[in-house]
Amino acid sequence: MQALRDALDRVHPHFAKGGKLQKLYPVYEALDTFLYTPGETTKGLTHVRDSIDLKRMMITVVVALIPCTLFGMWNVGYQANTAIAEMAAVDAPFEFDWHHTVQAALGLGHDPTNFIDNFVYGAIYFLPLYIVTMVVGGHIEMVFSILRGHEINEGFLVTGLLYPLILPPDIPLWQVALGIAFGVIVGKEIFGGTGRNFLNPALTARAFLYFAYSAQISGDQIWTAVDGFAGATPLGVMAVADPAVGMDALSSVAVPWGERAVTLSSAFFGTIQGCVGETSVLMCLIGAAILIVTGVGSWRIMSAVVVGVIATTLLLNAVGSDTNAMFTMPFHWHLAVGGLAFGIVFMATDPVSASMTNTGKWIYGILIGFMTILIRVVNPAFPEGVMLAILFGNVFAPLIDYFVIQSNIRRRVARYVPA
Amino acid sequence: MQENINIFITAVFIENLALAFFLGMCTFLAISKDVKTALGLGVAVIVIQAITVPANNLLYQFFLRDGAMAWAGRIHPSLSTLGNLDLSFLGFISYIGVIAAMVQVLEMVLDRFFPPLYVALGIFLPLITVNCAILGASLFMVERDYTFTNSCVYGLGAGVGWALAIAALAGIREKMKYSDVPPPLRGLGITFITVGLMAMAFMAFGGIQL
Repeated sequence: MQALRDALDRVHPHFAKGGKLQKLYPVYEALDTFLYTPGETTKGLTHVRDSIDLKRMMITVVVALIPCTLFGMWNVGYQANTAIAEMAAVDAPFEFDWHHTVQAALGLGHDPTNFIDNFVYGAIYFLPLYIVTMVVGGHIEMVFSILRGHEINEGFLVTGLLYPLILPPDIPLWQVALGIAFGVIVGKEIFGGTGRNFLNPALTARAFLYFAYSAQISGDQIWTAVDGFAGATPLGVMAVADPAVGMDALSSVAVPWGERAVTLSSAFFGTIQGCVGETSVLMCLIGAAILIVTGVGSWRIMSAVVVGVIATTLLLNAVGSDTNAMFTMPFHWHLAVGGLAFGIVFMATDPVSASMTNTGKWIYGILIGFMTILIRVVNPAFPEGVMLAILFGNVFAPLIDYFVIQSNIRRRVARYVPA
Repeated sequence: MQENINIFITAVFIENLALAFFLGMCTFLAISKDVKTALGLGVAVIVIQAITVPANNLLYQFFLRDGAMAWAGRIHPSLSTLGNLDLSFLGFISYIGVIAAMVQVLEMVLDRFFPPLYVALGIFLPLITVNCAILGASLFMVERDYTFTNSCVYGLGAGVGWALAIAALAGIREKMKYSDVPPPLRGLGITFITVGLMAMAFMAFGGIQL
């Protein structure tokens, strides 16, 4: 360890002011602070002794994301292997691609009951997404920090992990690269980098892909990583279901080689189709526990979104509809399917783009919950609404804060200055 | 009733004049630096929209459209030829004239009866005359063949939607005081990009049929 420290200290003069590599200082600084706690303290009059800095906050979010990531890898493999097993049962022709070649080279098969088969096959799909994101986004981040002279910090580790988790498993890799480039440049860097943006960069990236290349990120072809497999997500099924059938539509979802049942427990544990990391509510709850206990994620926002979802769903259930089966979906189903749990825990709580004031957080969360259900139920164009609802919340978060602060000022003035 | 509620919601959210049609951009971008002024301008736009769209509707129904002046014949038989006129080619100039006149009248009324609001709105009231969101709302009213009641609701909704958008933009721009925007993009450049990103979030409503 000391050797590593010595090596860093030895090259330090080259990167420091006046050194020949001083333009690359952010790269050195990133490596140094990534490996060691920075030794500097504040230089002004105020000094807060607390180790919860940006670095630790971001790393905590990454840790909280690990359960979702690992489960997501397993589930991508499980979904694909299940479909492959169904195909084999009816002798359907199977297109082998390089994912399969790698799996075979590792000496593994496609047995959906085998944990290792599933996990490794899923990893073969997920890791390229992750690597492309980190390489493309990381380099953009580096170029910006060198040109603009700010630090490369851990913020990108969070964006870079959130982003592949909200993508479908077999999205083309060039789209992954394009999306993260848009998210990092337009969503974050042109506002000055981590902490200065107003939209969540990962969601900005996804929304960009969603509107630019909707064929590869919506519909029913893409959720299971097997060519030719078409199966809608639970929300996709409900969006076109017959209202007379209602929630029963989920108990027999047609897929090319048979049918599947989506139960509340399979939706809760996450053994359903969807984006890589979003399917499991259980894993999101573990993440939520980590974020709340460490104080990194706001419990107010999480509770407020849930309140907003429940209230809106009850309202729409009461209103009812003869033509739209989504009106009958109860709130526990809304919370279990789609990306809602993931969005609540990891996206809505992004401290940069959310409201800052405590009252504001409640209003912001309820707005997101309301919008999510409204888009899911009322808007036929989008079966899933979490992404756009959170972006919508981000747009109004500063205004909500403004009104909360103004009303606070008025209340205090009224209290201390007799009219 | 149901129809009017739908028109209102459509005008505020789904077909937001600022974020779905990008109308009224000059004032939208220029006067959104802080929330307080933006709200003042927003209220002014709401008032003007709510007055001018119904006023232009009456103008269109009874003077401009094909055969609109059939009522003249009932006053005196010699005026009955007026009923054959189609003056809709005068639409643009008449609507903008009505808008300018309404803004002037409103200015005088506010100055006389609500001086504080008049002072708060200041220069923004006359500025609204040339705001294309106002003219746009009147033209949409004609294009969609709204009745008088519909156009009252539509004018109000279009104004509320525009005010909501400019208030949100102003909130974001106040927050962006703490941003570190690259020098070439500072000012209008970053505001354009911000509005684009806001419009992306507003696409949440795109596709809703009411």
